Amino acid sequence: MTGPMNNIQHLIPEFERWKERYPAGFEGSLTIPCLRRIQEERGYIADSDIDELVAYLGVPRTQVDEVLGFYTMFTRTPLGHHHLQVCHNVSCSLRGADGLLKYLCGRLGIQPGETTPDGKFTVSTAECLASCGTAPMMMVNEAYHENLTPAAVDALLEELTK
Amino acid sequence: MNFPPTEQSHSLHDYRARGGYQALEKALKELQPADVTKEVLAAGLLGHGGAAFPAGRKWGVIKPNDGEDHFVCMNADEGEPGTFKDRWILEYTPHLCLEGLILASYAIGGRHAFIYIRGEFDLPFRRIQAAVDEAYEAGLLGKNILGTAYSLDVVVYRGAGSYVCGEASAMLASLEGRKGWPRNRPPRLTVKGLYQKPTVVNNVETLANVPVILNLGAVEFKKTGTPKSPGTQMISISGHIARPGVYEVEYGYSWEKFLYEDCGGMQGGKALKCIIPGGVSTKILNAQEIKGVTLDHNSAVAAGSQLGSGGMIAVAEGTCMVRLARVIQRFYHHESCGQCTPCREGMGWMERILDRIVRGEGRPEDIDRLYRISNANDGTTICSLGDSAGYACTAILDHYREEFEYYILNGRSMFD
Ligand SMILES: NC(=O)C1=CN([C@@H]2O[C@H](COP(=O)(O)OP(=O)(O)OC[C@H]3O[C@@H](n4cnc5c(N)ncnc54)[C@H](O)[C@@H]3O)[C@@H](O)[C@H]2O)C=CC1
Ligand SMILES: Cc1cc2nc3c(=O)[nH]c(=O)nc-3n(C[C@H](O)[C@H](O)[C@H](O)COP(=O)(O)O)c2cc1C
Ligand code: SF4
Ligand code: FES
Repeated sequence: MTGPMNNIQHLIPEFERWKERYPAGFEGSLTIPCLRRIQEERGYIADSDIDELVAYLGVPRTQVDEVLGFYTMFTRTPLGHHHLQVCHNVSCSLRGADGLLKYLCGRLGIQPGETTPDGKFTVSTAECLASCGTAPMMMVNEAYHENLTPAAVDALLEELTK
Repeated sequence: MNFPPTEQSHSLHDYRARGGYQALEKALKELQPADVTKEVLAAGLLGHGGAAFPAGRKWGVIKPNDGEDHFVCMNADEGEPGTFKDRWILEYTPHLCLEGLILASYAIGGRHAFIYIRGEFDLPFRRIQAAVDEAYEAGLLGKNILGTAYSLDVVVYRGAGSYVCGEASAMLASLEGRKGWPRNRPPRLTVKGLYQKPTVVNNVETLANVPVILNLGAVEFKKTGTPKSPGTQMISISGHIARPGVYEVEYGYSWEKFLYEDCGGMQGGKALKCIIPGGVSTKILNAQEIKGVTLDHNSAVAAGSQLGSGGMIAVAEGTCMVRLARVIQRFYHHESCGQCTPCREGMGWMERILDRIVRGEGRPEDIDRLYRISNANDGTTICSLGDSAGYACTAILDHYREEFEYYILNGRSMFD
């Protein structure tokens, strides 16, 4: 289907089911879960998604804009197919995160924050992801990869480019 | 948490086999809400999110039968660098904290409760969501729990990437679907919290202790730990340690024994340089300063720091503290919500100073400047992110000033 107001309509039955466990009057609370769900499908949030969500939840548009700007997990533009986020906080850096990040960027030929020209990989840095005991680590889309070494990075990249 | 984590230890079946939900059954059928609070208060349960505020006192502020809505919100935002114990509970025994959440909600007369879990967590989220679903199916959640008059709905709410949302008031703003800005108190959250209703926010581990207390009774519970810190503390240890991981220790346990015996000492047999005791928000202590110190709140405070969230990071000799300070400052600058001027501007300024020192372009006046900026944050910000960030840096300066001076003078680290 195409058209301006039907990007998120198919998700509304699911959103309606969520409401059952919230107290009445908590519609605004659904802003973050709905945005997460929309982004899960498309990979980013488009302008038309915001229009539709504002219409559905009845929240002010500024609230949605604020939320999108505040939380690091929301993106307004598409990222690479695989988003590699390397933690560079204290425990990970004590166990070699900086070297690992350099190695990864070297292999892909990009800098943190960039996407490979084929759109396959985006590399970013992340703050502590509560995986400090198995440092260094990175997140690949939703999944944690822990106790990383250059060899493990090689194996992972090979797996992901298959 | 005395059980072996297995492939199935997170399931309702296994949790029940460990005695799970007996405390809930007993409370709903035999105890009044106020009795539950009384027991938790008598047990002296302290908050495990970092500030060690007595849970029973927090709950006691709320009148369960005043006809208002009340909420309990489980804080599963675990973002403090070095801390990964809540993740362990969520992955291996999610029903334990869920049972605690139901008990806390019963105690304060709550009809709805929330589990706020950090947005990046995937497996912990799936485990706690599955536990909630199982509980609904088994009649442990929803209408008329276990055939009693008590009803409760629980929502697992996923954050979207923000450290400051672990701060209780920021968390509630986020749960209302807004950006996570902390707010000034009073009014306390127990007076005006989520949607202006009285709300209790408790850490995952705090709630996980509640079924234990009700099963054992306060008197028995207090037999472990110290008189002022009863019970146990989960410690997640990382950094240059031989055996990193999550441990549970009785409060009052010897710190050195923990490090050198239980955790196997330092990686590669190196010497310990210093330790971050309870997440990067707590002040570092060097190897001398932890001699004879025990793992409980009073002892850690007497030694000049705090046990915080139990996120311990061991740092070996030969580590450059200037670079470590820069990593910490970069983190705080990244996470400041930007609401208070001293925090927003100060964090960025401190990061820029440390950055230029690390690049070899430091200036002699930079050390005093770092102290001055940190002092400007002290007590002038809405939440304690600003304060802690300053202390974290100045505690490193207090201990290792000569490393900063050397770096500034020579344009390189003492350890290169
Ligand atoms: N676990 C983690 O990932 C992190 C933990 N932290 C820890 O958080 C701590 C600071 O937390 P804050 O919430 O700022 O501390 P706080 O001292 O403001 O509050 C502690 C708790 O006690 C409650 N409380 C205090 N007085 C009360 C009263 N009279 N009546 C009812 N309730 C009352 C507060 O609402 C809050 O829930 C630090 O010590 C730090 O270690 C910081 C960052 C992350
Ligand atoms: C910046 C900041 C982040 C925090 N993050 C967390 C967190 O991730 N988890 C947590 O339990 N407490 C966190 N806290 C502490 C909470 O504000 C609150 O004190 C705690 O959840 C209360 O639970 P407790 O009494 O059971 O410890 C944070 C505090 C601050 C200032
Ligand atoms: S101290 Fe920093 S993080 Fe906390 S409210 Fe102020 S600006 Fe935000
Ligand atoms: S420091 Fe990297 S996961 Fe905690």
